[in-house]
Amino acid sequence: MAPAHPQRNLILILARDLASRLATPVFVVDHEGTLVYFNEAAEPVLGRTYAESGELRAGEWATEWSPTDDDGRPVPLEDLPLGVAFREGRASHRALRIVGGDHVARAIEVTAIPLLIAEDEIVGAISVFWERGAER
Amino acid sequence: MKVTVWGCRGTLASPGPETVGFGGQTSCVALDLSDGSLLILDAGTGIRPLGMALGTDHPRRIDILITHLHADHIEGLRFFDPMWDPSVELNVWGPPSPIRGLRSRIAPFFAPPFFPVHLRNIPSKPDFRDTPTTTWRIGSADITAELIKHPGPTVGYRIEENGHALAYLPDHEPALGSDLSSVEPEWISGLALAEGADVLLHDAQYTRAEYDERIGWGHSSTEDVVTFTRRAGASRLVLFHHDPLHSDEQLEGVLARADELKASGRRIEIELAREGLTFEL
Repeated sequence: MAPAHPQRNLILILARDLASRLATPVFVVDHEGTLVYFNEAAEPVLGRTYAESGELRAGEWATEWSPTDDDGRPVPLEDLPLGVAFREGRASHRALRIVGGDHVARAIEVTAIPLLIAEDEIVGAISVFWERGAER
Repeated sequence: MKVTVWGCRGTLASPGPETVGFGGQTSCVALDLSDGSLLILDAGTGIRPLGMALGTDHPRRIDILITHLHADHIEGLRFFDPMWDPSVELNVWGPPSPIRGLRSRIAPFFAPPFFPVHLRNIPSKPDFRDTPTTTWRIGSADITAELIKHPGPTVGYRIEENGHALAYLPDHEPALGSDLSSVEPEWISGLALAEGADVLLHDAQYTRAEYDERIGWGHSSTEDVVTFTRRAGASRLVLFHHDPLHSDEQLEGVLARADELKASGRRIEIELAREGLTFEL
């Protein structure tokens, strides 16, 4: 009998547990690219709480914060660091500009890391990001 | 299915007068299925007396489900009599690792300097298999394995037969990094395996005070296992993987604490695992 609440992949559970205790903004997506969590530290940068946002599919979160490059050109999902991490199974980094849920424009840098449990099996990805100019 | 506990001690076999009541053998539970199949959960030292009790009258096929490769869960495998019987079809299932297969990870235990006989020379020629990611069938039971929180690749098992379910999570620390009382059920390690189970055999190695000194070691406190059981909606909790330093008297204290905790919530039957405990599902 299928459980009423199937367990998330353990790697995602551990990633969320870790993220929930970090002061660094972290964004966690599952094997389909669905946003399944971002931590409290990410909320001021994204301009909203995870409780407000909830889960978002890849096509939704990729446009939710209107990511652009520094020249204002929109950056599609596949060119976002998480998109590269998924497509190529490697870490990826780039500078972006976003508009938060509070309608404030912010310049950020993002590093995404795929969560691979085998060479060809990805269970999700995490991205760590920070606001440019807010570095310690 | 008939369930028999052959070993329920955690970490290290602990024989002696202070542990004789609940036993000092490390993890091993036998499941006799209604179709005559034999499943064995873990191969701690308890599997040695199980092998002796089986004698030569064992099923031709035996399946051993290993939760993880810490010594107290595999140390008895080398001394399990059917391993040495070439007529036995022995299947050893265990957690997948991202790096190496189960056979190559277990092989060092069957090689010098730890053991005089190489794995390739074991007469039963055991077949080592990674647990599938979906439910599979052995004999008349459906088996589900899921990776759970414990250092290194570790799975818990759910065994279902004739509408009854047994969940086995002997080494598990679901409270690590999670508030078990409030986090959503799908984000609790192992909860889906235990959901609505008739019987849950679960790690209860530490008291609260001991756990606070050993966070991250992969085991649970009495408080956390009762909360986990309540969240899972399991009917009966069997406290398992007793600390090697806990005497019979101290274990009675653990049970008393668990009984206090359950009083505040829905009815759960709680008991301590002990060698020789049997029950039918």
